[in-house]
Formats: sequence, structure tokens, C-alpha cells
Amino acid sequence: MKEGVKQKNAKLVRILVFVVLGMFGFGYALVPLYDVLCEVTGLNGKVESAAVKEVSYEVDKNREITVEFMTALNEATPMVFRSEIKKIKVHPGEYYTVNFYAENKTDKVMVARAIPSISPGAAAEYFKKTECFCFSEQTFKAREGRTMPVRFVVNPEISKEYKTITLAYTFFDNTETSVK
Amino acid sequence: MSAVVAEHDDHHDHGPAKGLLRWVITTNHKDIGTLYLLFALAMFFVGGSMAMVIRAELFEPGMQFVNPQFFNSMTTMHALVMVFGAVMPAFVGLANWMIPMMIGSPDMALPRMNNMSFWLLVAGVLLLASTLFMEGGAPASGWTLYPPLVLQTGKALPFAIFSVHLLGISSILGGINIIATIFNMRAPGMTLMKMPMFVWTWLITAFLLIAIMPVFAGAVTMLLTDKFFHTSFFDAAGGGDPVLYQHIFWFFGHPEVYVMILPTFGVASTIIPVFARKPLFGYSSMVYATAAIAFLSFIVWAHHMFTVGMPIAGELYFMYATMLIAIPTGVKIFNWTATMWKGSMTFETPMLFSIAFVVLFTMGGFTGLMMAVAPADFQYHDTYFIVAHFHYTLVPASVFILMAAGYFWLPKWTGHMYDERIGQLHFWLSVVSVNILFFPQHFLGLAGMPRRIPDYAVQFADWNMISSIGGFIFGASQLLFLYIVINTIKGGTGEKVTGEVWEDAAKHSLEWTLPSPPPYHSFTTPPTVIPTEHM
Amino acid sequence: MKKTKQLFAGLILMALGLGTAQAEYTLNLMKGATKVSHDIYDLHMLILWICVFIGIGVFGTMFYSIYHHRKSRGHKAAQFHENTTVEIIWTIIPTLILIGMAIPATKAMMELDDVQESEMSIKVTGHQWKWEYEYLDNGIHFFSSLDEASNKARQVGSGIDPFTVENYLLEVDKPLVIPTKKKIRFVFTAKDVIHSWWVPDLGWKKDANPGFINESWTSVDVPGTYRGQCTELCGKDHGFMPIVVIAMNEPEYNAWVEKQKSAVAAEAGSASKQWAKEELIAKGKSVYETNCSSCHMADGAGLAGTFPAIKASKVVTGDINAQVKLMLDGKGMMPAFGKMLSPVDFAAVVTFTRNGLGNAVGDSIQPSAVQALQSATPGAGKNE
Repeated sequence: MKEGVKQKNAKLVRILVFVVLGMFGFGYALVPLYDVLCEVTGLNGKVESAAVKEVSYEVDKNREITVEFMTALNEATPMVFRSEIKKIKVHPGEYYTVNFYAENKTDKVMVARAIPSISPGAAAEYFKKTECFCFSEQTFKAREGRTMPVRFVVNPEISKEYKTITLAYTFFDNTETSVK
Repeated sequence: MSAVVAEHDDHHDHGPAKGLLRWVITTNHKDIGTLYLLFALAMFFVGGSMAMVIRAELFEPGMQFVNPQFFNSMTTMHALVMVFGAVMPAFVGLANWMIPMMIGSPDMALPRMNNMSFWLLVAGVLLLASTLFMEGGAPASGWTLYPPLVLQTGKALPFAIFSVHLLGISSILGGINIIATIFNMRAPGMTLMKMPMFVWTWLITAFLLIAIMPVFAGAVTMLLTDKFFHTSFFDAAGGGDPVLYQHIFWFFGHPEVYVMILPTFGVASTIIPVFARKPLFGYSSMVYATAAIAFLSFIVWAHHMFTVGMPIAGELYFMYATMLIAIPTGVKIFNWTATMWKGSMTFETPMLFSIAFVVLFTMGGFTGLMMAVAPADFQYHDTYFIVAHFHYTLVPASVFILMAAGYFWLPKWTGHMYDERIGQLHFWLSVVSVNILFFPQHFLGLAGMPRRIPDYAVQFADWNMISSIGGFIFGASQLLFLYIVINTIKGGTGEKVTGEVWEDAAKHSLEWTLPSPPPYHSFTTPPTVIPTEHM
Repeated sequence: MKKTKQLFAGLILMALGLGTAQAEYTLNLMKGATKVSHDIYDLHMLILWICVFIGIGVFGTMFYSIYHHRKSRGHKAAQFHENTTVEIIWTIIPTLILIGMAIPATKAMMELDDVQESEMSIKVTGHQWKWEYEYLDNGIHFFSSLDEASNKARQVGSGIDPFTVENYLLEVDKPLVIPTKKKIRFVFTAKDVIHSWWVPDLGWKKDANPGFINESWTSVDVPGTYRGQCTELCGKDHGFMPIVVIAMNEPEYNAWVEKQKSAVAAEAGSASKQWAKEELIAKGKSVYETNCSSCHMADGAGLAGTFPAIKASKVVTGDINAQVKLMLDGKGMMPAFGKMLSPVDFAAVVTFTRNGLGNAVGDSIQPSAVQALQSATPGAGKNE
């Protein structure tokens, strides 16, 4: 093999190895990219996980949207979890507070995280929460039960086609991972 | 031509090492190609036996032989072994053997890396196979390894993931080597647009490989850290999302299926002109179509996930983008037909397999087009219809073309002629049984039978039984191929084959200008005449 | 080659002929029971015919060529290898066909996606390996798993011929009941891994993802029983979690709702009654077969490494209250059965496991005692 070819090979291999490493990194870059995409498009009904500032909107008294609340527990999450009301009719632009009740059924301290999901996904960006237990992990003392409020508003800019929005929370027992 | 080569054949240190060690330490492209091909053939039978277990259990309703968990392991392992152990290595083996000969080079660009890439493959597949004997059984979550289900795998999970890493590294090294060979080792005068289609398709495939295997490696690494190191990439509890895995997986997975089909296109484009005695029709449009398919493969991944709950804009985008693939694929099929048109065709075994490939792959393409239509896919998704679809694009397409390649080049590789009568018998048994095997699965899927189930409602019984019978015949027929390979290596029909083997083959591609079998190092001096018939 | 081709064409035509003539169940896609499913069926037939048409053209040309342009007939090879006009034509025509297909497909997709303005909502939760249904409007809530007859027959080497089991693998203990001619919204989620809910007659399937919700809708025109299955691999018993939907006219549906409500009250009554140990064991056996045997196996031997054995288990042969507590709350992959079983079924299966499957502890527990333990564990057993 001529020396020239050897050098050309070495150079090409270096470039290709860079491509490979880049693509490995790209795989990981897809994770934050996906989150951005979810928030923009409402993919999967993923919603912002931080509170928004309470701003006042012009309340649209002529429109009513039904907001339904759903609660769920992931496997091996020994809790009681329910919303005080199953659904509420809201006017876009007006703030509402709905209480949820969660209770630790074990004799140990439990750290649990509620994951929100909104359907239809495209409505998620118009659903603003100023207060929610889902913004952070919740610690429950042994057998502790408590009522937790969610304060929200539906942005009046939401498209007219949405008449029902479902807000679901799933509690996951994170005790093991959090204690670490 | 061959006289020139023979003159340089006695070059020092250019003979093979003696004994078994030759195969372990070899850096020769032909030896490594042979290793790859034999390994792939062995894995074809291993993966095939798993398919036989599946078809035996599905022969009639009720659970007869295996428990459901083991059944799921079988479907998972069958897919992983066939994809990563049989089809991909077989094409890498062909690339190793043929690319240097087709571009007029003495060997691959990076021979030592070539050796490493083969042995990493063996290690990866052995590690994967060892999970069958671990506590909790082999992975049973399908070859897609979707979380959270895959995280319920027993002791096997980290081993399976590590094996995927090894297989990935092996493929990446193989891909780099092929790119380097094609870019840097071409004989003078062998411009890119003079390269045989097989070389072109492999060049594009190699780029696909180095782009997607790292992404897959990343995805399974995330699974690993989710399971053992409390990360939450795919765990909703920590703010992750299991659906994200599906996006990453299919970003790899869709180009991955094209890794298995593009070289198939290349071989078909090589074989059909030889037996039609006509140049390949539309060479440059073939090159562009291949590139277009490869490009499209990166932007259609979520058509595997229409029912996962995407916003309508996503559903529509992925539907339209997927339908576009039909255009370059159609161009290829029309080109092959036009290549046969007004040719002077003969129907030796390689040609028979190639024609069957064109027809049956087109059928797989049709069902693919049907599933591209998102609302209809809400019915087809995850049923036997998709099982029929991808088996049509893999078995009577990729596998048939690998058989065709075997018959086409075995005489070149060994210097012996295979037994044409047994070859034709093998073809007819295969083509009939493969359709008995897979065609009824369309009906099953449409009638409502989900995939990956070990037992089914009784109205699916008839077609399942027919499918299983087809499967058993198909499986048994492949033993004929094994016999032919062994027989041909040992001397075949005894007929002495010329360098050209097939009539006027040398007009089409350089490998036929070498004697059969070719010298240990292919072109120690570059060839002076480049076949340009297809230009 | 030609022969196979003819065989093929025959099969396709058979599929089409039967399909269009009488919607034959085992060959073609079913038309289904909703407008959406009809639209999807039409779309399916349209694409199928386009494919058949293209197929006849391409394969016809190819086989004409194979017959006429062969060396054995003395045909001399032409040497053309390019024709730009032809290549442009066969790029443009498929493009036009695709556009023609995309238009109805887009319309059907929009329709499928429109869950708004539904008249009632049902929450569907996927579990390994059963479905949970909750009617959000009237609070009816139950689990739906593979019925006992199928479950017995589907065990490896059961010796039961599946053909003798009615609706083998497509029957559940409690079907989902819905009213006809109402727009019903389904909300999907999952408890453990991803599942997918598919009833072919409704025209779609939808994934149930843990931690997230998905929506879909249906409006069934004709009363009837519609069957389906889970279509996302969800582990060992993925093939054994069918779906049965019974669509009823409004009055019958309302009667069913009332019956469900009174059944809940009756259940509460039977829980306070004193049960004999034998009664409990007998009842517990069938509860065990429906709810426990898929993991712990019909004989209680479990599955080494994944599911512990019941036979000689420390828990089952130990303190009865500890066993009840573990089963109420669940542990790891074992679900919290406090939510899934009535006190009677619960007491029955506990008593059965302690006195059957090779165990002989001898004691038993009353439903009322289970209830007492449940209330000592506040909230357990109630469906939130």
C-alpha cells in the first residue's frame, strides 16, 4: 500500500470516528430536543413542570370548557389519590382551584412524584397552572394524608374547537430513588 | 488481465497462514468475507430454528410446547439473531469479498480493523445467545426493547445491552472500513459513477450504519442507566417518557431496515443485467434513488408509532413523508423491469432468486404503502399484517438475494460449479413455501390477529396451520442450500469454471476478469480496463 | 415463476372477491361497526385496488418479457440502458397516485382525531394482564380479565381442546358495556408497561402509556358484541388480555347501569355474612385461577426468578394478617389487590391459598375481617 493511501485512510477514519461520536451525542441530544418538541406541540400531553406567574386574562364568559380530572397510581405505589371533583366547567381566562387528596398508606416516609398529562395534547400549552403539587416531589409521612390544591387557568387564546380538556395525574413512588 | 495479476501473486508474505490460526488472525478480505458468510449462514439456521419453535407453537390453538414467556424470548431472539447475526453479517461478508474485487483493489483499506470487527460480531452474538440460559430468561420484550417492559427482563438485561454495544461497534468498524475502501482504494479510472451498483449501495449503507448504530447504542445505554443508575430517560416518575425511547429507537430502526435492503438492491442490480445480457437500465437514476431512499429513511421514523398518541400534525407529516418512499422504490422496480425488457434472458438459479426478489419485494412494498396511510394503520398496526409485510421485505427479498448472491459468486469464490439442478430445486421449494408461509399472514392480520401472541382465537386456526406448514417446508428446504454450499466448496460438479463463469459477465464488473478462484490478493496491480457498459 | 404468480393472483382475487362480497371475517379487513371503521375500510380497499392495479401492470410487463425475451427463444439482447422520458413518466405518475391517496387518508385521519364534544367518557387502564374500566360519568368501575374457561384451556398442556371453548381467548369475565349512537370518549393510560387497546370493529387501536394519557373516541351504530385484544407486547400474558365491548341500545344500557349499582350494594351485603371455610376455598379456587394463576401458575409453583411460588411460601404459611396486608397493598410487580377484588373474593382467595396448592395451614379469614384490615389501612380497597 502506498504511503499516500495510508494517510488518506487515517484522515478519513478520523473524520468518520468523529461522525460516530457525534451521532452518539446526537442520540442523547434527542432527549432535551424531545422535551422542547413536546412542549411546543403538546406531544404526549406533556406540560411545563414549573409554575407560571399569575397574570390576568380577559375572561371569556361566553365560552365554557369542561375540564376533567383523572388520577392514577403507577404499579406498587401504595397510596390513595383522588380529585375532589371529577370535572368542572370553566370560562377561559378565569382562575380556578381544585383540590386533590393523596394519602400514604405505608408505615414509612414516602416520596412520590405526580406526573401530569393533558389531552388533547395541543391544548396543553393553553392550560396554565400557577400552583400544583406536581411541580416537585411530595414527601408524605407514614400514613399521612393531605389535600393539595391545583390552581389553573385556560388561556382564552385556545382554539374554539376544544370543548373538553382532560388533566391526568399519575403518582409514582420515588422513595427508593430519592432517598439515595 | 489475469496474467498480469498472476505475475504479482508470488509477492512476499502474501500467502495465507497455515492451519486454523489462519482464520483467527487473518486480515485478508477474502478470508474475512468467508468467515462472515459462514457465520451468517450458521446464524441463519440458529435464528431459523427459533422461527420453527414459534411456528410449531402457533401450528394450532392452545399452548402445546413452550410457556408464553419463552415464546416471547423466541420472537425477540429470532429477530435479533436474524437482523444482527444473519442478514447484516451476510451483507458485510459479501462486501468484504466483492468490493475490493469490484473496484480493482488488492484488499480492504483497513485489514486489521476488519478482523477485529468480525470477532467483535462473534463475541456479541455469543453473549446474546448466552442470555437464553440466564435466570429470568433471554430478553422477551421484542427486538425493539421497549421500556418499561424491557426493564422487567431478568439477569439478562445488562448482558443483552452489552451485546448490542458489541454488535454496534462491529457494524460501525465494518462501515468505516467500507467507506475508506471505496473512497481510497479504487483503481485509477474507477470513478464514483463507474462503480458497480453493489458498491454504490454499500457505500450509502455504510454511511447509514455509522449514523444510526451510535444512536441505538445511546438508546440502550439510557435503558441501562435507567435500570441500574436511577436516571429517568424513559421513566415518567423522574420526568422521562417511555415514548421517547420509541422515537430514538425508530430513528435508528427505520434506517436499520434499509441497511438490510439497500445492499439487496445492489446485488439484484448486479445479477439481473448479467442474465438479461443487457446493461442495467437507468444506472444513475438507480444511484439517486438509493440515496433518496437513504435520506428519506431518516425522516419517517414515527410511522412505526402512529398509535402512540401523536398530535394530528405529526401523524399527517409522517404519513406524507412515508408515502414519498414509494417513489424512489418504484423507480428501482421499474428499472429492473426495464433491464429485463428486450434482454436475452436465461434462468439460472441466481436469476430465478433475483426475479422472485423483484416480485415479492414489490408485494412487501405494496403492504408498506398501505401501512403508510396513517388511519388505515390504526387497524394494521401490530397485527400479523405487519409481520407479513416485513417478512416479505426481508425473507423473499434480502434472504433470497443473499441466496442469489451465493449461487452467483460461489463459482467465482471456489472455482467450482454448484449443481444447477439442486439449485433450481432449492429455488422452487423456497419460493413456493415462503409464500405459503407468509401470504396467509396478511389474512390473519386483517382478520384481527395481533402479533407477538403465543396462542390465538380459533378462527385464526386454519391460516396459522397453513403458515406453519409453509414454514416447516421453507426451513427444511434451506438444508439444500447448506448442502450445495458444502458440496461446491468440496468440488461441486467437478466442472472447471472460467474466470468469467457467466456468459459475458466481465463486461459488467471487474471481479469476473480475475481467475476463479481469485488470487489471495485481488488486484496487486490496478486493472487497466474499467467496465463501463452501464454508463 | 409464472405458476406461482397465478396462484398469487388467485389468492388476491379470492381475498378481494370474498372481501367485497360479504366482508368474510378471515380474509379481509372487517368493515366494523362505526362510521370511522367504514371510512378506514373504504380507504383500505382503495389502496388495495391501486396496489393490485400497479401490480398487474408491473408484473404483467415483467412476465411478458420473461416469456418473450428469453435466450432459449433466440431473442437477441437490445443494448439500450437509459431513457429520460420514460424515467420522468414513471416518477410523475406514482407521485400523482400518491397525492390521490393522501387526500382521503387525510380526511379519515382528521375524523379519527376529533375527540371533542363527546357525550360520555370511559377511562381505560392497562394492567399486566387485564383491563380496568372506569366510567367517569357514573362511577362504575371494574376490572376485565380473560374468562375462566379460556384461562384454563390456555395453560401449557391443559389437555382442553380450544375448539370446545366458546370464544376462546376472546372472552372476558366482565365486558365493557356502552350505549349505541353516542359519542364515547376513551381515555387511556397504563399502570405498569405500555399496552394497546384494539377492537377491530371500532376501527382503531390506541396505546396506553404509563404516566400519560391518550384519547380516542367511538360511536357504535349497531348493538352487538365486539371483541379485540391487547396489541402492544406487554409481557408474558400479552396474548391473554382480551377486550369485549357490548354495545346496547340506550334503554338496555341504562338498565345495565342500574344493575351495576345494585350489584355493588349486594356485594357489600354478602361481605358481612359469615362464610364457611369450604365455601371460601371453593370460591377462592376460581378467584385464584382468574387473578393469580398467570404469574404464580395454576399449581402455585410460581416461575423461578420472576414470580415466587405460593406452595410452601413463607408469606402464605405465615401470619394470615400479614398475608392479607401484603395482598392489599401489593409489592413490586404484584398489584395491590385491595383495589381489584371484593372483600368476599379477597377472603376466599386468601383462604384458598392457605388450604390448597399444597399448603395446609388450616385457618381461614372472613370477608368482614378483610374489611376490618382494609379500614385499618385507611383507604385501601376503595377506588379513588
